[in-house]
Order: sequence, then C-alpha cells, then structure tokens
Amino acid sequence: MFNIERWQEIFQTLSKNKLRTVLTGISVASGIFIFIVLLGFSSGVQNGVKAQFAGDATNKISVRTRVTTKQYKGLNPNRRIQLKNEDFENISNIYGDYLEYKSGGYSNWGAQLVYKKQSGNFSVRGVHPDFQFIENAIISEGRFVNQGDIEDSRKVIVVSNKAKTELFKGKNPIGEMVSIYGINFKVVGVYADPGGEREESQVYIPISSAQIAFNGADNLRDMSFTVAMSDDFDEAVELSKNLIASIDNDIKTKYTIAPNDRAAVRIDNTLEKAQKIYSLSNIIEAVFWFVGIGTIIAGIVSVGNIMIIIVKERTKEIGIRKALGAEPLSIIFMILQESIFVTMFSGLFGLIMGLGLLEFIGPTIENEFIKYPQVDFNTALITVFILVAAGTLAGFIPAYRAAKIKPIVALRDE
Amino acid sequence: MIQIKDLHKSYQMGSNSLHVLKGINFDVKEGELVSIMGSSGSGKSTLLNVLGMLDEADEGSYILDGVPIRNLNEKVAARYRNKFLGFIFQSFNLINYKSALDNVALPLYYQGMKRHERIEKAEYYLEKVGLAEWSHHLPNELSGGQKQRVAIARALASEPKVLLADEPTGALDSVTSYEVMDLIQGINDEGKTILIVTHEPDIAQMTKRIVNLKDGIIIDDSPVKQIRAKVHV
Repeated sequence: MFNIERWQEIFQTLSKNKLRTVLTGISVASGIFIFIVLLGFSSGVQNGVKAQFAGDATNKISVRTRVTTKQYKGLNPNRRIQLKNEDFENISNIYGDYLEYKSGGYSNWGAQLVYKKQSGNFSVRGVHPDFQFIENAIISEGRFVNQGDIEDSRKVIVVSNKAKTELFKGKNPIGEMVSIYGINFKVVGVYADPGGEREESQVYIPISSAQIAFNGADNLRDMSFTVAMSDDFDEAVELSKNLIASIDNDIKTKYTIAPNDRAAVRIDNTLEKAQKIYSLSNIIEAVFWFVGIGTIIAGIVSVGNIMIIIVKERTKEIGIRKALGAEPLSIIFMILQESIFVTMFSGLFGLIMGLGLLEFIGPTIENEFIKYPQVDFNTALITVFILVAAGTLAGFIPAYRAAKIKPIVALRDE
Repeated sequence: MIQIKDLHKSYQMGSNSLHVLKGINFDVKEGELVSIMGSSGSGKSTLLNVLGMLDEADEGSYILDGVPIRNLNEKVAARYRNKFLGFIFQSFNLINYKSALDNVALPLYYQGMKRHERIEKAEYYLEKVGLAEWSHHLPNELSGGQKQRVAIARALASEPKVLLADEPTGALDSVTSYEVMDLIQGINDEGKTILIVTHEPDIAQMTKRIVNLKDGIIIDDSPVKQIRAKVHV
C-alpha cells in the first residue's frame, strides 16, 4: 500500500486527468467545508444562548405583587397587595424540599452611594444570603451578606465591581464606609456578575437593614427562589410549574385575590423561557446536523459516482493492464488508493478552509445569539476520517467491478 | 513451446450454444513464426485468446513451455501472462496518458522491477524498435506504425516466451504493415516464438508456417517459404 512505485503511478494518473481530479476534489472539499461551517455556527448559536442565561440561575422563580384589578368577595379592585416577611417564611417552610435557594427582596432603585467625594447612583437591594446564588454573583473580594448580618441588622454592604471602579477608583474597598441617605454602611465584599454591567448596577445589603433604612417595616418588594434541578429538564419544568401554581394559590387565598387576577400576583419563571430557547437552539442544531450530513452524503455519493465513471472510462486501460500482468488486487488498490488520496487531500483542504473561515469570521460576528462559532478540531478530524472511510466504501464497489473486468472484453475492438 | 490437444470452446449466445473451436490439435516449437489464418468466425481470435490466457477452453489440454495451463485463477493467470506472453493488438492498446517509455515499462512494473531498471530496459527496447527519440511522446503524437512499434517494444520488454499478435497490421497501410512485419521477422530471427493471427495472405506469406482455420477446425497446416518483408520496403 505504501510503496513509492504505486504513488508514482497514482500521481501520474491524477496529473494526467486534472479535470476529473479537480471535480472530485471540489465535491468533497465543499462538502466538508459546508459541514464544518454549519457545525461551527450551530455551536455559535449554542454558545450565544448559553451566554444569554449566564447572568442568572436558569431555574429561577420570582414573585412580585401589584394592585388587584378584579373585584372579589366584596373587595374593590385597585387594592395594593403587600408581601410580608411571614409570606416568605411560609413559602420557605411549605416548599422547602423543592426549593434550592430562597431570598426575599427589598430594594431602593435609585439610591445615591457616597464615598468621600465620590458618589454614584445604584440600586440598593436588601437580600437574604441565598441571593448570591440566585443572581450568580461571584464574590471577588470579601464576602456576601450572611445570616448574622440579617439577625443583627448590620449596616454592611456588598458592592459590585462597577461600584468599586466608580467610587473607589479600583482600590480595595473592604472596610471602607459608604453612606446611603446619610446612613453609613461598611463594605464587606465585592461581587462580579457574569451577566455584565447592567446587573452590576446593584449593591446588596442585609434585608433587615434595608427594611430599617428605607422604612420598610416587615414589607417585601419581591421574593426569589430557585427550583432544585433534576437531571430531567422536562421534569424540572413540570415541578416549577406546579410550584408556581401552588405559591400563586397560597398568596391569592391569603390576600383574598380573585384566582383569575393575573396582574395582582406576578410569578416569572426563567426555566420555562430557557426551555423554549434551548429547545429552539436544539432544533437549530439538529437542522444544521441534518443539512451537514446531507451535504457529506452528497459528497460521498459524488465520489462514488465519479469512481464509477473513472472505472468505465478506464475499462480499456484496466484490460490492457490485466493483459500485461496486473493482478486483480493491484487493480483494486490502484482505484481505491486514488480515491482515498483524493478524498483525504480535498477533505483536509475543505476542513482547513472551514476552520479558517470560522477563525477569521467568528470574532467579527456581533450578534447576541451567535457567539464564538467554532468546531472542536477532533470532531472535525473524525469527520474527515469518516468521509475517507465512506469514500473508500464508495470507491470499493467500482474498484471491485474493475478488478472483475475480463481483459478479453475490455480489449475487444468496437 | 506450445502443445495443444483436442481443444474445444463454445459460447453461450442466449439459448443457443455456439461451438467455436471444435477440437484443435497443434504444436509450436521454439523459434517458430506461425500465422493463423481464417475468415471471420473461423475461431482464429478465440484460439489466440485461449493461447493468451485471456479466455479459458472448455475441453482439451494446453501446455505452455512445459507448464499446464488449466483452472487458473485470475491472479495466477495474470502472473503467467506477465511471465510467458507478450501481446500485440490490432488497435495497439497503448495507455494514452502515458509516454511511449512508460507504456513499454508497464509490464516491468507488474513484475515488481525498480523504476530506474525498468526505464533502462524500456529504453533499450524502444531503441530496438527504432523509437529512442520518441520515448517521451504520448501515443497520440505518434503515427500508427510508430504506435505499433511501441506496442511491440512493450510486448518484448517483459522478455516473454511467446509473442501473440492479433491482426498486428490490421490498422496499418501496406507500407507501414511491411515495416512492422520486417521488425517482427527480425525479432523472430533472434529466436523468439511468434504467433500472428491475420486474414491477409501477403502477411501470412511472411511467416514460416500457415495454419488455416475454418469453422473451428484446422483444415490446413503447412510450412511456407518465407518472404522477407524487406523486399517490399
């Protein structure tokens, strides 16, 4: 298989049949090229979708209350519904088994933070310790709000990276004091949010301190939970739907709200949204694979096709070779080695072109839903080998047929 | 060199069986130059194909240089063809994308000879047929006579025991035909055994023995006084 004589024969044959060689090469190279580009964009879509949800835990449930819009049991509409600490405790107790992280929230959206002569507007949010995980906040320095802070209503604050840059000009803020409405808070931690700048416009303080500082009594603005994930995505969605229905029902019963009043209690579930987009991206991926594999099959079929034509065209030559003493096996190898060489070479060419395009174009794509389109090099290499194997198979039938050609038939004068 | 006894061959044509060779008996000694004559359908090409191991007989024995040729698989047949036989065809059957030199070297490739050795040997035989200067030309750059000379060089290159020529002058004009016959006679003079199938009496007269076939049997087998092709050239 690997003797130099045979390679010389093959290069001679290929170079004397340039058009045929180039056509075969193009069909294989373009098949691989398109496949690689499709795979790359499919992974780009996946990456983009994942990045969309990187900001928050994907199984988050948030509960908010507003004003009622419907008359119910003699009560007028336009009542403001106010969540209390006890609502949070009740829900935490009743559904504790299904909830992973739990946090109440009491926010002031436009508070001014002052540090020495620097000041900036941030949304100050009173939270429970679990909120760190609900929001995917990454502590880069110090610590997050803890249970002790809440029990003692400590005046401590966790600032964002953005606040660190703006107020403290990048120097370590731990232990420094910032004032909000004239109340001093001690910085105990700095966090970063993978969701980006928008989510870093918040700073966190213990919920009890927030309620005191902003005259909130035992009121809550909202509650956030994450649903314990199970391995089965659909099961998790089902569980969170049931939880939402129960929580909704509990709150409506307690505050005497019409069951069909959708505005008074708002419960959002990111898991369901995530599921929709994930399933969309899965469909996109499936379509890309389908098209890609179809393209490759077309490439293989065209290699097989061209090999059949080659054998037809070379029937006489094969007859001559056999009359001169070529053994059937050497004919098979001649045809096969040629087809393997062409598919391999042009497959690798298409692969490099495809990877090159992704490498070159990938970083320039500015779209929220497509990020870093790329193909794992091993996947790509495996693809090429599969193609070569399939090309061999496609070439084998014509090659076998060629070996069976009787020289007497091939040499018969027409 | 060649011993044939009671050779039969039939072809299946649909439901009819066509009995082409009906018991051929014939021997060829080393160094002979034999022509096989007959009208079309007489079975002369079939006989040559059987002799050339391109086709197998149904019955009878065929011994080539002391080796019985029987029940050959494709691989052995290929090896024997390469070792024992050189073919010359009416339509030359050169590989059109290979140079004259590479065409001549091809049987040597199948003998497993190294490239520089094959080239050397091929050059020697091209020179022998007077085409040394044309060695790097492609077949379609050569005249019919030159092509047949290349084919003869190729047949000689593997140094076979027997040369089999099927209408070697069938595609050539008479002047070129005589030139080719002159070359064949020269090769025979050096001791090579050669069989020629032809239907042209003047070509047959240039051999040493004429075997006449009719309807699958030999009707006449007699030595002739050889006419040298040189006389006509």
